[in-house]
Amino acid sequence: MYQAIVFFPLLGFLIAGLFGRAIGARASEVVTTSLLFIACLLAWIAFFSVGFGDHDTRVQVMKWIYVGDLKIDWAFRIDTMTVIMLIVVTSVSSLVHLYSIGYMHEDPSRPRFFAYLSLFTFAMLMLVTADNLLQLFFGWEGVGLASYLLIGFWYEKPSANAAAMKAFVVNRVGDFGFMLGIFAVFVMTGSVTFEQVFAAAPSLAGKTIDFLGHQWDAPTVIALLLFVGAMGKSAQFLLHTWLPDAMEGPTPVSALIHAATMVTAGVFMVARMSPIFELSQTALNVVMLVGATTAFFAATVGLVQNDIKKVIAYSTCSQLGYMFVAMGAGAYSIGMFHLVTHACFKALLFLGAGSVINAMHHEQDMRHMGGLAKKIPFTYGMMLIGTLAITGFPFLAGYYSKDAIIESAWASHNYFALYGWVMTVAAAALTSFYSWRLIFLTFHGHPHDLHHYEAAHESPRVMTIPLGVLAVGSVIAGFALYNVFVGEGVHHFFRHSIFMGAENHILHAIHDIPLLAKYLPTLMMVLGFVIAYWFYVVDRTVPVALAKSQDALYQFLLNKWYFDELYDRIFVKPALWIGRLLWKRGDGTIIDGFGPDGVSARVLDVTGRVVRLQTGYLYHYAFVMLIGVAAFITWFMFAGV
Amino acid sequence: MTDWPILSVVTFLPLVGALFILVVRGDDEVSARNARWVALWTTLVTFVVSLLLLPGFDPAASGFQFVEKKAWLGELAAYHMGVDGISLPFVLLTTFLMPFCILASWESVHKRVKEYMIAFLVLETLMIGTFCALDLVLFYFFFEGGLIPMFLIIGIWGGQRRIYAAFKFFLYTLAGSVLMMLAIMAMYWQSGTTDVPTLLTHGFPSGMQTWLWLAFFASFAVKMPMWPVHTWLPDAHVEAPTAGSVILAGVLLKMGGYGFLRYSLPMFPEASHYFAPLVFTLSVVAIIYTSLVALVQEDIKKLIAYSSIAHMGFVTMGIFAMNEQGLQGAMFLMISHGFVSGALFLCVGVIYDRLHTREIAAYGGLVHRMPLYATVLMIFTMANVGLPGTSGFIGEFLTMLAAFERNTWIAFFAATGVILSAGYALWLYLRVVFGPLEKEKLKTMLDLSPREQAIMVPLVVITILFGVWPAPILNMTSHAVNAVVARTDQVAGAVKTALLLSF
Repeated sequence: MYQAIVFFPLLGFLIAGLFGRAIGARASEVVTTSLLFIACLLAWIAFFSVGFGDHDTRVQVMKWIYVGDLKIDWAFRIDTMTVIMLIVVTSVSSLVHLYSIGYMHEDPSRPRFFAYLSLFTFAMLMLVTADNLLQLFFGWEGVGLASYLLIGFWYEKPSANAAAMKAFVVNRVGDFGFMLGIFAVFVMTGSVTFEQVFAAAPSLAGKTIDFLGHQWDAPTVIALLLFVGAMGKSAQFLLHTWLPDAMEGPTPVSALIHAATMVTAGVFMVARMSPIFELSQTALNVVMLVGATTAFFAATVGLVQNDIKKVIAYSTCSQLGYMFVAMGAGAYSIGMFHLVTHACFKALLFLGAGSVINAMHHEQDMRHMGGLAKKIPFTYGMMLIGTLAITGFPFLAGYYSKDAIIESAWASHNYFALYGWVMTVAAAALTSFYSWRLIFLTFHGHPHDLHHYEAAHESPRVMTIPLGVLAVGSVIAGFALYNVFVGEGVHHFFRHSIFMGAENHILHAIHDIPLLAKYLPTLMMVLGFVIAYWFYVVDRTVPVALAKSQDALYQFLLNKWYFDELYDRIFVKPALWIGRLLWKRGDGTIIDGFGPDGVSARVLDVTGRVVRLQTGYLYHYAFVMLIGVAAFITWFMFAGV
Repeated sequence: MTDWPILSVVTFLPLVGALFILVVRGDDEVSARNARWVALWTTLVTFVVSLLLLPGFDPAASGFQFVEKKAWLGELAAYHMGVDGISLPFVLLTTFLMPFCILASWESVHKRVKEYMIAFLVLETLMIGTFCALDLVLFYFFFEGGLIPMFLIIGIWGGQRRIYAAFKFFLYTLAGSVLMMLAIMAMYWQSGTTDVPTLLTHGFPSGMQTWLWLAFFASFAVKMPMWPVHTWLPDAHVEAPTAGSVILAGVLLKMGGYGFLRYSLPMFPEASHYFAPLVFTLSVVAIIYTSLVALVQEDIKKLIAYSSIAHMGFVTMGIFAMNEQGLQGAMFLMISHGFVSGALFLCVGVIYDRLHTREIAAYGGLVHRMPLYATVLMIFTMANVGLPGTSGFIGEFLTMLAAFERNTWIAFFAATGVILSAGYALWLYLRVVFGPLEKEKLKTMLDLSPREQAIMVPLVVITILFGVWPAPILNMTSHAVNAVVARTDQVAGAVKTALLLSF
């Protein structure tokens, strides 16, 4: 069954990829989508059987790399962590496949699109079912490749190509750390298979590793190196720059890859490696610091963006920061909880945005929208549910998971606990503001582009059904899963798939926090809503005046804290400059100048003057070489005898 | 199976084909066509015969197999051939790549076709001989002899600056090989033999090892090529015809790595330990330096050439980590790079044949006209940047892991190559394949022809197959590599005990 879940999408990819042109677009869509729905069904069966039936298992597929002590298999590790991700990935993916049939129906390269989607799903499933770090890395890079291909799907657009490449290269910066982390794990534990690594993990406590000339605490080094990989994939502060650009890809891609699944791989990996992270408070401190900073930073940028997808992209970035705050607090199950609920409402928001974009004939600038609520009421309703869920409206999904994260930040013993709490609470207000701003700008007020407005129409059934399903998820996922992710059921549900040290009582501690801390996030949500309502419904001149009076701050936020400019200045340009210098000066002037060119010039000078030996014919050189070899052999023959 | 001299047959079969072409007469057109077909069939048959080595080969056996020994040059050098797990993969790589080279030259070479094919067939004989030779003199003969046909291929069928490139190639390699020749003489005087299996266990005195190691290093480092003696490679690649580049990157570069594994490590283990830090340094410099240089290239072939040097940096790093992962990784990377870089040069050849320029700026938006080509090039580009699931990953991963076990700084710097390689490879792909199709000349380009598809498909298949299932290569090399590791470890242990005793 597990083979079917993982390999059906691969099968779909191969069919659509190899024979897409022969069987046509419709057949490719049907094949890939139905295979995905079957995989999804099986994944739900697996979820109940493993999560509540205690049927953990390991499925060996084949051997991969066997070199000395290094033994790596292609194998699936099926435990609660895996099945949670299985349902998230297959559910969102199958809905996105379905939705894309409608969204992409005018595109001539649909077989390629569906092939890529299925390839992505396969790689993501390999990632979450991995039995060892290297297979996880295979999935990790595989989703990176699929993301690259899908961001650059419209390859005639230079901006899309640049964004695709940026995504891949920035992710590689993370992979750089991740690979070193894998090496460190192997050196310290003698294996990269989770089973053995986790068994050896307790003995790592207090051990040191020689890294870059110093002796460091081994778990800290390993955890931090792995976390660098997570920062890249999950677009955390400093390595976040690729995610907003990734919005160049088609909107279903943004929903699947850049909101619900791939970007959460970093969170999943940290939770998966919890036996290592639990050993290092330093590493957890860093995780919390980075997560909290991202949550706040991305939210501030999201406040002023005008592209509907960019707002949601920064929102994703910010929500991923929340998940890392939970990881840093040691509340791994709560981070996973937010991963699941976020997958529902963020996919809903993206697909809803796609429905808006579809209605507006590929207009993405919210300043040109307005008043769409009357034109596309179903989409409006779904987007409202998504917005309520993300802002933490009571009893919807985000209310349970996000508030649990903020509480865990308050209750944790992390060095940055207070910082994490302040940042996430502040970000909660910002989240509410930018989410409602999106709704008001898009659906309320007066239309700004009458031409588009008149032509706007509700999306077809294949697109609205996935919206409906995700909306149901966004409403019920919170209270349905609260018990097994946060409440009493955690230990029975997760069992050994996450590890919490003996000192880690975070899941109990979050229940004993002051009332103010408990209700502040909800208060913040209301505050954000009120300000957004005032700014964009009551009096629209206020935000304009505010932006004018605080121009420096406004530009700073609008330009995303100038990270792109900064990186271009300190990494890209210097790398090219050094490259050119090494090429022209290093290779050209120094090595060749003193090496072959210099030598040959001198030789030619001399020989040119003494004898006219230089005939310019290659045969002559070859002849000389032959004679040389022959002379050597002859000499050898006679000298030896 | 063992009673017929299979290695000699594999080695000299191409020579027979060459003789055949030599005697074929007829007017230009007919003889050219005949030469092509004879060359193709010869290389195919050679490949099939070389596959016959597989069933008889026992990867777990120690020592050499299919051994042939005949008197040659009196008492000092014998015609001694044999393969083990280190050389057999290279023999197969060579015979595997040759038919692609002939096919790739099918339409692009018009000048002196007969001579061209003869040069390639002779080159094949010499390359296979290099990997099979078990006598230093015989090895030297094949190793140096290989220069001549390659030199001619670049110099006669090359691009505009072919004379310069051929001369540079010649100068560099000759400088290295003269030193190796002196070292071979010294070894003969010291040990009284040039027989490789004997020398492998001979044990030269420490002081002498240092000098011998350096002399061999000079030759192999140029061949690899290692920084800073790499500058001949970009020029040679740029000027060489497509098939010449394939052989250069696919096989000739591997002779350096093969030399380190076969000669330097087991024959001069103490010196190898002594010089390992130097090699590590040169390796990481090569990885970072050439990756940065590759980033700014304007010529497609030059870019791939620089990326080859960077990959060879991983190979030398793995070899001198002198542990099992390092050596296995280096072997795997060499084999994988053999067909991946070969395939990349074939891909360049495809568009060069259509437009006759290698300028990156002359291309753009090829995907609109050539979707198949774009797919194939994407797969090889990904293999080149070491994406897991392609054969390029396994070698890079193992060599870096091995280096990490030795020294984390080395692995740290080498891993930056992972970022840089993604940078230059994807940027190249972006500029050539993606973007709008605007240039007039590109609008009439045709996608891969059936002949080109026949070239690409097998290469794609093995690139992915060995990425997912590397066991065939790893199993083949494992035993032989372990013997080398054991040999170096034993000496390292002995040196340590000696040091302890002396205190």
